[in-house]
Amino acid sequence: MLRQIEGSRAIAETVALCRPEVVCAYPISPQTHIIEAVGAMVKSGVLTSCEFINVESEFAAMSVAIGASATGARSYTATASQGLLFMVEAVFNASGLGLPIVMTLANRAIGAPINIWNDHSDAMAVRDAGWIQLFAETNQEAADLHVQAFKLAEELSVPVMVCVDGFILTHAVEGVDILDQASVDSFLPPYEPRQVLDVDEPVSIGAMVGPEAFEEVRYLAYLRQRDALERIPEIARTFNDLTGRDSGGLIRTYRTDDAEIVVVALGSVLGTIKDAVDIRRDLGERIGVVGITTFRPFPSEAVRSALANARQVVVLEKAFSTGFGGVLSTDVAMSLRDMDFDLRTVVAGLGGRAITRRSIEEMLEKAQHDDLESLTFLDLDQGAVERERERMRTVRRSGPSAENLLRDRTADLSKAVRRGA
Amino acid sequence: MTDQRVHFYQVGSFAVGNRLLSPDDRTVQSQRDRTNSIDSGHRACQGCGEALGARYALDAAMRATNGRVVAVNATGCLEVFSTPYPETSWRIPWLHSLFGNAPAVATGVAAALRVKGKGDVRVVAQAGDGGTVDIGFGALSGMFERNDDVLFICYDNEGYMNTGVQRSAATPPAARTATTDAVGPEPGNIFGTGKDLPRIAMAHDIPYVATATVADLHDLERKVERAMAMHGARYLHVLVPCPLGWGSASNDTIHIARLAKESGLFPVFEAEHGKVTSVSTIRRRVPVEQYLSLQRRYGHLFGSNARPDIVARIQAIADENIARYALIDDATESQEMSA
Amino acid sequence: MFQIRLHGRGGQGVVTAAEILSVAAFAEGRHAQAFPSFGSERTGAPVVSFCRIDDREIRTREPVMEPNAIIIQDATLVHQVDLFAGLVHDGYALVNTSRDFAELGFDHTLMSFRHDRFMTCPATEFALEHLGRPLPNAALLGGFAALTGQISIEAIDTAVKERFEGSVGERNAAAAAAAYAFVVSKMKELTRASSD
Repeated sequence: MLRQIEGSRAIAETVALCRPEVVCAYPISPQTHIIEAVGAMVKSGVLTSCEFINVESEFAAMSVAIGASATGARSYTATASQGLLFMVEAVFNASGLGLPIVMTLANRAIGAPINIWNDHSDAMAVRDAGWIQLFAETNQEAADLHVQAFKLAEELSVPVMVCVDGFILTHAVEGVDILDQASVDSFLPPYEPRQVLDVDEPVSIGAMVGPEAFEEVRYLAYLRQRDALERIPEIARTFNDLTGRDSGGLIRTYRTDDAEIVVVALGSVLGTIKDAVDIRRDLGERIGVVGITTFRPFPSEAVRSALANARQVVVLEKAFSTGFGGVLSTDVAMSLRDMDFDLRTVVAGLGGRAITRRSIEEMLEKAQHDDLESLTFLDLDQGAVERERERMRTVRRSGPSAENLLRDRTADLSKAVRRGA
Repeated sequence: MTDQRVHFYQVGSFAVGNRLLSPDDRTVQSQRDRTNSIDSGHRACQGCGEALGARYALDAAMRATNGRVVAVNATGCLEVFSTPYPETSWRIPWLHSLFGNAPAVATGVAAALRVKGKGDVRVVAQAGDGGTVDIGFGALSGMFERNDDVLFICYDNEGYMNTGVQRSAATPPAARTATTDAVGPEPGNIFGTGKDLPRIAMAHDIPYVATATVADLHDLERKVERAMAMHGARYLHVLVPCPLGWGSASNDTIHIARLAKESGLFPVFEAEHGKVTSVSTIRRRVPVEQYLSLQRRYGHLFGSNARPDIVARIQAIADENIARYALIDDATESQEMSA
Repeated sequence: MFQIRLHGRGGQGVVTAAEILSVAAFAEGRHAQAFPSFGSERTGAPVVSFCRIDDREIRTREPVMEPNAIIIQDATLVHQVDLFAGLVHDGYALVNTSRDFAELGFDHTLMSFRHDRFMTCPATEFALEHLGRPLPNAALLGGFAALTGQISIEAIDTAVKERFEGSVGERNAAAAAAAYAFVVSKMKELTRASSD
């Protein structure tokens, strides 16, 4: 049923429809509304046959999920940012053990400086953790991806992380069609584990593996991710047959057919980009968009064919590798190697900085004139940066940069106020 | 198996062989139909206290639950020596995840069993002292606080033996480890540090807390069975000497464990809901020196540069334990004095 | 697309107000998007929320940069926040106060905008009267419906009752209706005054 509903609530209700058996909760913004809503459904009896466990840390949340999943229970948790980093050892462990846990990641920046707002640093930090990573563009997709995630995870024995932009999606209230129980049940069969702790057929799970077989075990994990590249579009198709909705899949293209410039991005910013592209299209510019829904495994072939005719590829990323540049850009570049194209990286929206349609338009304008540098930080306050650099050049104990920037800003603001008065 | 003629050896202890006991009083280990939860062929060192303790504890848990036990293991010696690739010693379902998360993993297993309607299957989580008092402490406290249906067993060998004998928060004062070298004016581990996990566990008001040593296997088995008869979070702290880490003879493991208890350095007791309900009193009190001098990790306290002052401080710790837990019962004491 | 920015203080329900407004628009079969300003809001701190209403799918995720309307729950915010930033030149403003713009010192601001689209409404008083608590949300939404005509009072009524069950919903709806009537009559006065 189509409802005007908060993203977190839509995710929680959809997760409940997936009949999770063990859910672990540890609060961290902006994921809390999801886990609160699931908890309330368990406590009120709406969601039955589910153990809801308030744990003492994210590390414990993932660990409880590991224990539960290895015992054959469908397991779910949600986290963000620092929480993901705090559980990261268990995140790797869950995939290494081949446990099909599903986790919502309400994408949020990583400190320091501490920042609760959205970017993709958290997801990128664990891109090599062996999880499948799906990115939602809208709350409808965020909800839908969870149903697909459980199916995918359990078929392949690989954990799946559904990445949902923190606040921008989790806290946005918009129309979402929540599936009914019968539909979800028809799509998602009960979990049949490949390995389970069973007193009648004892197995050892998590034994040490030496150099004799470690590479083979890791290669099998690689193959399962390759299998996922096959299964993800199939599952999305089955889901489409059921709902009529284009949720999930590997990538999604928008006006790319004749596009000379293609913007590649992840998550909710795609909506704003599409609005900007429509405006530029009206001016006669041939611009398109490729949204990456499946970031891990990376759909190189699909990306390659979607970008085959582009002259310039602009990868807009809400994260970057501090000592290098774009993260997604690297994957895109690898997918396009031996092809003739210009690749530009635009880092935007860090720590929740609003990515406005106007800024994207300016970026596209520059791209149109081949004026975009290979690495651009969108809407960067260059003056503020220069001031701090100068301070660091001239004063040894220049102090904490974050505080300096804020102090400069406050000073500027009060100057402006004095001028105004 | 043919019956054997039974010999009775006086072994310097108060123990007598199982075969002299009535069948009901015999240990699980003496039974032919014991489960062998940890089968032979594992790679533990000669004289390993942990292998012995784990074997007794798990087989007792198996007997207590009619063979319905799932074991969760922290990273550490027990995990490593029991699963040398591609073999496993475990004949029960066994899960190893990480070093610091065994209590939480066990919570997950217990939750899954409950939701799956397999409440009769019970969960035993196990870790060494590092996985218990240090890196797994937060997870353990969380599991205790939630009163999850898990028996957590710490096999305490007082250091990080798996990584080459480094100090843990369970390493006793003055003990030499790779990170508390026996050099300088205060050789070995420093005084006034460390965690007393059984008392911390008691502070969580969980249903059952007990300590045991591998010197009294009847007692260890009885405590496991007692724990398995209860539900909720239970904690068993077993002292398991480590010949490698302690620098002791392999054939002294049991003897040293007994001396730890008989000196008062390792109090053996049970507690329910935060209150001590029974103590194993000292049968024949020994000075701590007897315990310490069998271990090279205390070698710097004896010999040419002997440090009787440090030995005295360790004795004071034993004396405090004896007073705190009333480890010497007055009747025994007066009897001994009159003898 | 019609875009609304709501200003309030943490605890006044400014996020809930945006949500209810979006639900009301949804009830009328329109597309709507409501979202908070994503701060770590503490009670009493200035808080902003947004709502967009459109007849087609809303794709953008940027904050509302140029609102068509501003709803101000607490007039004292004027000392801390640039309340009218980005408001389009023919935009609407609804301020919760029992005073007039001259008393609030908004005269200067008013000069840049259309007078007939700036309105005060004693929403807290309507709330006290109908709810017994100083929660002006529903009343402000009633006033907003009257002022902008972007949403019907019936839809506000539906959304308020969906958000608050039972008598709380009824009383909030009553506060909304009262504020709606108040703003409607004030607008008629204005029209009469300008035609005189």
